[in-house]
Amino acid sequence: MLKIGNLSKSFGGLKAVSNLNIDIKDGELIGLIGPNGAGKTTVFNLITGVYEPTEGEILFRERKIDGLKPYQVTHRGIARTFQNIRLFADLNVIDNVKIAYHQHAKYSSLGAILRLPSYFKGEAEMEKKALELLKVFRLEGKAREVAKNLPYGEQRRLEIARALAAEPKLLLLDEPAAGMNPQETHELMELIRWIRDTFKLTILLIEHDMSLVMGVCERIYVLDYGTIIAQGGPDEIKSNPKVIEAYLGEEAI
Amino acid sequence: MKRVSILNRKNALTLFLVIVMYAVIQGLIVTDILPPLYTSTLIQVCVYVILAASLNLINGITGQFSIGHAGFMAIGAYLAGIVSVKFHGPLFLSLLVGGIVAAVAGFIVGLPTLRLRGDYLAIATLGLGQIVMIIFQNIDYFGGAAGMQVGRHINWSWAFWVTIISLVVIHNFVNSTHGRACISVRENEIAAEAMGVNTTKYKVLAFTLGAFFAGVAGGIYSNYMYFIQPTTFNFLTSFNILVMVVLGGLGSMTGSILGALIMTVLNVALSGIPSLRMVITALLLIIMMLFRPSGLMGTKEFNLNFLEKKGERNVA
Repeated sequence: MLKIGNLSKSFGGLKAVSNLNIDIKDGELIGLIGPNGAGKTTVFNLITGVYEPTEGEILFRERKIDGLKPYQVTHRGIARTFQNIRLFADLNVIDNVKIAYHQHAKYSSLGAILRLPSYFKGEAEMEKKALELLKVFRLEGKAREVAKNLPYGEQRRLEIARALAAEPKLLLLDEPAAGMNPQETHELMELIRWIRDTFKLTILLIEHDMSLVMGVCERIYVLDYGTIIAQGGPDEIKSNPKVIEAYLGEEAI
Repeated sequence: MKRVSILNRKNALTLFLVIVMYAVIQGLIVTDILPPLYTSTLIQVCVYVILAASLNLINGITGQFSIGHAGFMAIGAYLAGIVSVKFHGPLFLSLLVGGIVAAVAGFIVGLPTLRLRGDYLAIATLGLGQIVMIIFQNIDYFGGAAGMQVGRHINWSWAFWVTIISLVVIHNFVNSTHGRACISVRENEIAAEAMGVNTTKYKVLAFTLGAFFAGVAGGIYSNYMYFIQPTTFNFLTSFNILVMVVLGGLGSMTGSILGALIMTVLNVALSGIPSLRMVITALLLIIMMLFRPSGLMGTKEFNLNFLEKKGERNVA
């Protein structure tokens, strides 16, 4: 599904990511963890085309995607959420979702201007799909509310709904549980698993909440100073001395 | 599923109101009740309504701060004038050529400049407006600084219906997935791009479409004014259009119409006291910014939705 080979990214003299190798198979649910500033979000930005890698390559479904623009990466089938929520804050909830459906729209600008039958059909279909998706995230009652007025947890859910509207094969979640209480985090965990099974997705997520990462991820990559220091199942990671060192520091002798 | 069709009650009523408005004014003109000054004001209103609505598409809907709209108006005005005067082309063709050439100019200018953001784009488009003006000033074919005689080829009916068609086209574009793509660029460019919206394409598209209608408005202007000269399309004109859009509310189509109407009527009404005109306009803007910083309409639209039955949503 996703194969990252020897990926490096430097900002001036700073190597944010160096010699990164990640291999994700179809349908996997993978966690990417690491201390603050380890380069996790940089990895996401490299995959989605926000940054261009200094070295290395990214293959998605056997095709090279590094060097593509972010919207082209999305068209290939990768959608993401953001660490600091980036909703279309002044638009209503359903329009947020519809914008992500835009790439699948079945009518042209001309069809819209002339109000051809394709426009009415296309709009009705988008409305229906968007409402179905909102229902999954229990947001259908708030479809006409302005996004910025939603409570924090619902904004996070809306961001995931919006990413799913792009109909991706690979979903990248950047700290989906940030700012959520334990109850919400637990619900989110169930939701992530359910999404993966229902939409037949592969999911890569960055998270600091260890209960979520350990509870939901099948495999975990640990990133520190831009390199992978460990990978494996949740239990292996928990007992890996390198990981403990990265998080807690070296034991004083 | 909800009924979605072009033939709903709201559209029928809007059309009815538009026809009544047209018929009343046309009646007054035909029976000579309306003095020529008023007719001339009405046509200016039409011109500025198109200009404000098309600038709103760029500044308000897509969020790209352009202040060189008079440049596209000038291109449209001159090219339409050339078609009317030198080739004796029909009015329709004259307006169309004006619009298309302005759109081409918008496209060519938009591709490189729309990479710029905020202040930088504003400065680039400001420069563009000046360049267009200076080009027309220095080409003898267009009459140079002395200006160009065009004559009067347009009447109220044409101006009115061209305005209505322009507004319908802009409205239909905005209220579609393509319009939403433009709005997403305004709201959050990074998120828009991440959601699969080709932001460059939609910025350039909005800019080109905006330039097209500015050209059409310029065409109406030159075909009505007998005579045009480059300085008519200076920075102040660009600024004037921008003021209309901001006054009405960035992002609101009906706001732009309202803004254009108020500013044009105010300009004509105060033309007897030119010294006070600028003061009053400026005061109006200051008061506006203090009490309604987002414009008269904000991003909201005035519509006839309240006439619909509950639960019936209109798309067209």
